[in-house]
Formats: sequence, structure tokens, C-alpha cells
Amino acid sequence: MSDYIIVLPLLLPLVAAMVGLFFWKRLRVQWVVYLLGTLLSLSAAVWLLVLVKEQGIVTMRVGAFDAPFAITLVCDLLSALMLVVTNILAVFMAFYSLHDHSMQREHLKYGFFVFLLFLIFGINGGLLTGDIFNLYVWFEVMLLSSFALITLGGRREQLEGATKYVTINFVASALLLAAIGVTYGFTGSTNMAELSQMLKTGNASPLVEIAGIFFLVSLGIKSAIFPLFFWLPASYHTPSISVTSIIAGLLTKVGVYALIRVYVLVIPFEGEFLQNLLLVIAGFTMLTGVLGAVAQYEMRKLLSFHIISQIGYMIMGLAINTPLAIGGAIFFIIHNIIVKSNLFFVSGVLYRQDHTTRLKKLGGYYQNAPWLSVIFFISAFSLAGVPPLSGFWGKYYLALSGMQASFFVVIGISLFTGLLTLFSMTKIWRFVFLREKPEEEDTDRSGTVVKKPHPYGMYFSMGALCLLILWLSFFPDTVISLCQQAAEQLYERDVYINAVLKNSPYAEVD
Amino acid sequence: MEIVLPILTGFLYAVGFYFLLHRSFIKLIIGIIIFAHASNLFVFVAGGIMRGGSPFISEEAQVVSSQTADPLPQAMILTAIVIGLGIQAFAIVLLKRVYYVVQSSDLEKLNETDQPAHE
Repeated sequence: MSDYIIVLPLLLPLVAAMVGLFFWKRLRVQWVVYLLGTLLSLSAAVWLLVLVKEQGIVTMRVGAFDAPFAITLVCDLLSALMLVVTNILAVFMAFYSLHDHSMQREHLKYGFFVFLLFLIFGINGGLLTGDIFNLYVWFEVMLLSSFALITLGGRREQLEGATKYVTINFVASALLLAAIGVTYGFTGSTNMAELSQMLKTGNASPLVEIAGIFFLVSLGIKSAIFPLFFWLPASYHTPSISVTSIIAGLLTKVGVYALIRVYVLVIPFEGEFLQNLLLVIAGFTMLTGVLGAVAQYEMRKLLSFHIISQIGYMIMGLAINTPLAIGGAIFFIIHNIIVKSNLFFVSGVLYRQDHTTRLKKLGGYYQNAPWLSVIFFISAFSLAGVPPLSGFWGKYYLALSGMQASFFVVIGISLFTGLLTLFSMTKIWRFVFLREKPEEEDTDRSGTVVKKPHPYGMYFSMGALCLLILWLSFFPDTVISLCQQAAEQLYERDVYINAVLKNSPYAEVD
Repeated sequence: MEIVLPILTGFLYAVGFYFLLHRSFIKLIIGIIIFAHASNLFVFVAGGIMRGGSPFISEEAQVVSSQTADPLPQAMILTAIVIGLGIQAFAIVLLKRVYYVVQSSDLEKLNETDQPAHE
């Protein structure tokens, strides 16, 4: 009976989204529905995490067909961890987005929260599914809602960004479909556990590698790895800041999650070729991302480029391909979702105050908004990986695993990237916070400076995420050990296979 | 048939890609549609095709006696067609909006978001 909890993270956002549709244009009601939906979904996710921690992998066969034929929902530790982080971010979005002035009130009314719920629904589904074709479907759910969110508002740059985003993601989806076609063609299955069982022997046909490359290209476009990332900086800074912070935090990471799932569980890669390819990609992704960021003077563009360079670290973990490295990568994903969204949240406050996020027009925040400075400082230096903040732990485990496998070049690149990240973060710090404001402040008739009130809802979300970052930084043991367990669970393929295919009359489990 | 369909698939991919590389909105949409068709056909061919042999099991039999076609790739393609239709509809509406805002159907005009902001 307890297995049915696994449906809740899907069911709750879906039902909430549908209820929200009935209250079209009634913002208050939609907001309450959104908050309820995400809170319940978060509690279901936490429940699942506890359950998976105690009992091992939880599975459910949809429609109660026997295992390889039914679409299986599987929740292992990796899925559960990602679910919890996703839903935490979703909950804090509720408090933040109401005060976001980069989005007009009407657009908030026109289904912002509903699309957001559909997006969460898609992400939760993608994290829970145990079937590669189903994964494709969830990706499409995610994409369609993110298309709607990105174009919400319809300003010129939004439409321009969306054109690129839609086209490239459509091509990526078509390639993902082709990857699934190849995989199905030579195995006759789309169930991840059954595929893993068939392909673990290692003497599979060369078609396996072709399918692997198809997956790499299609999921690589979605997660913005090196030669395929150009759509991201062209589109991510265009929508309203609430939308940017949630898609920047989550969508590319779901792509990386899918890559880890495919390459560790379904098509375990052996041989030098793919590993070297991934290492090269990881290095270039880190470097080009951060170099792009260094050149930018617009805060949201700068942060968008940083997304790419952080993806490089995750791919580096995947390329090293040991439980320690994957554990580090998982920790890095969790840390990155929180930190990156929080940095975008900060840029939202700046936009609310000054109606711009261009660095050269901002200034004086250290004096006027000390708490904002503290929040930015912690998030930015955590992103750069300054010890003892949370980014440091992620990078430490990645570098440690790289040392053990003696991949010194990529470690060198990752450390150098960390330096450049620090440099571009200090650029924001210097321009926005430390120096005086370049223009005259808004004054009223009597000459006193008008101070715009700082929105408490925004500060609540940012403060909470900041506390979470501090917790990850100073008490990382819990999360790191969970991540390591998740990684080890990924490598114990038989456990996964057993959990999915047990009691199935159509599959032999050894 | 076995040899014609793969060639057709490759041809569709090529045509779709060729159209995607054009600068006109209309050709972009055509490219998206043809690319989707190519992928669907690809799954169909990769899933293995055979003539006849509908996958029905008679009431007495427990398993299929003769060789039958595999219905699963077709089910997957149906799903993919529906999803593709949704995205294509969205893309058409989006490009129409872009056309109204930008007053041009040239993709080269959509380069504002790529400029680095130095000011």
C-alpha cells in the first residue's frame, strides 16, 4: 500500500493545476492552490525520501500490468533527493513571484501559477519514471509548460529567445525519440530495468554505442553541454525573473539527471572512447561557460552563462564514472539548484528597485540593503566554491574522485574555472554592491531620497534558501552521505533490476 | 519495403535539416514538421517492420502462435505524433506573434538577445 505514495508527487501538482484552471484570472485563489499543491507535493517527496532510505527502492507498476510491460514508476535515492530539492524550490517560488516586478500583474493572472504547476508535474514525472519512452513524454510535458512560461508577457526579446528555445528543444526531442527507437530496435524493451539487465553483460552490439551517442546529443542539448549550449544564453535571460530562476534552477539539471540515469544504469559505458569524449566535453563546457560569463555586464546573462559552466562539473562527475564521482555530481546538482535560483532571486530584487539588471547602472546596495548583500555574498561565493560553503564540498568530492582515477587535466580545468567564477562574482559584487550608485537617486520634491520598500515575500524566499545553503555548507554530512548512498545504489544495478522486475512472470532475475 | 523506408527516413531527415537551416519563418516551421516526421518514421523502421501478421491472440491460445508485427513502436509513434502536433501548433502561433512584433520573417533579425550588454 505504501508504494502508492510514489504517485502523489505526480497527482498533487496535476490536480492543483487543474483546479487552478477553474480559477482563471483569480490570482489569490490560484496562489493558494499553487502553495497547497506544492507544499503537499513537497511533503510527499520528503515522505518518499524517508521511505526509500528505510526500505530501499520503491516501485509501482501503473495499471498493475506485469513488470516489463507496464510503465513503471521507480523511486530510488537519487530520484527522491532530486524530488525534494525541486519541490522545495517550487514552494519558495510562491512567495517570491508575487512581488516580481519584471512580470506584470496581468501576466501573473494569466496562468503563471498553473503553468508552473504543470512544469513541476513534468519534472516530478521525469524524475520518477522507470521507462525511457515515458521519460521522453515527461520531457515534452516540461518543455511545453516552459515554452508557455518563457513567452508569458510577449515582449520582443522574450519572443526572440523563445523562438530559439523552441526550435532547438524540438530538434533535441526528435533526437531523443530516435535514441529510444534505436534502443528499442535492438533490445525490444523500453523498461530501464530490463534494458539494464540486457546490456550489463558488456558484449552488446555496436548499436548500443550509437544509441548512447543519440542519448548524449539529445539530452546534451537539453542540459546545455559544450557544443550544444548556444540556445541557453540566448533565451534564459529574456523571461521574467521568477520564470528564469525556476527554469535555470531545474530544467538543465533534469537533463543531467537523465544523462546520469542513462549512462550509469541503462547503457553503462565501457571503453575509453565515450569516457574521453565526456571528459573533453566537461572541460570545454566549464571553460566556455565561465569565459562567456566573464565577458558579460548584464547580471542575468552572466548568471545564464554560469549555468553552463556548472553543468560542466556535473558532466565531469559523470565522465569519471565512479560511485564517489557520481555522488559528488549529485551533491553538486542539489547545491547548484538552490544556489543558482537564489542568485537569480537576488537579481529580481535589483530589478524591482532599479528596473534594470545591467551592472553598470546598479550600485550602492551594500549601504542600502545590507541583508541583500549578505544573501548575495553567501550564494555567490558558494557558487564559486569558496570553502567552507556548499560549492566547495561538491567540487572537493569531484576533484577527489578525479585524483583517484588520475584525470589531472580536467581537475586543473575545474579549479581554474572556479577561479574565473570567483572573478565574475566579484565583478557583480564590486559593481552592484560596493561602489556608489552611478546616477542620482530618486528624490521627491523636498529633496529627500525615496526609498522603495523591500518586499518581505522575496526576502523570505531568499533567506530560506540562504539558510539552506548555510546548512549544506556547515552540516553537509547528512546530504553528502545521502548522495553517496544514492550513487552506490545507482551502481548496484541488480538491486534496481530486482526491485522493478520482482514477481514478474515475464522476466528472469538472477 | 525494408530498403525503401530507411532511405526515405534519411531523406526526410536531410530535408528537415535543410529547411531548419533557412532564415525564413515558414521554412523553419516546415523544417520542424518534416524533422518530426523523420523521427517518427525512424522509430517505426528501427522497431522492425513486417508485412501482415496482426498481433491478435485467439481466445484459446496463451501465447502468439505465428509471427506477428510488434504494436509497441506504433503506439509510441502515435504518442510522438500527438506531442509533435502540440509543439508544432505552439511554434506556428509563436512565430506568428514574432512576425507581428518584429515585422519581419527573417530569422537573422532575431539577434537582439545575443548581443553582449556593455552599456
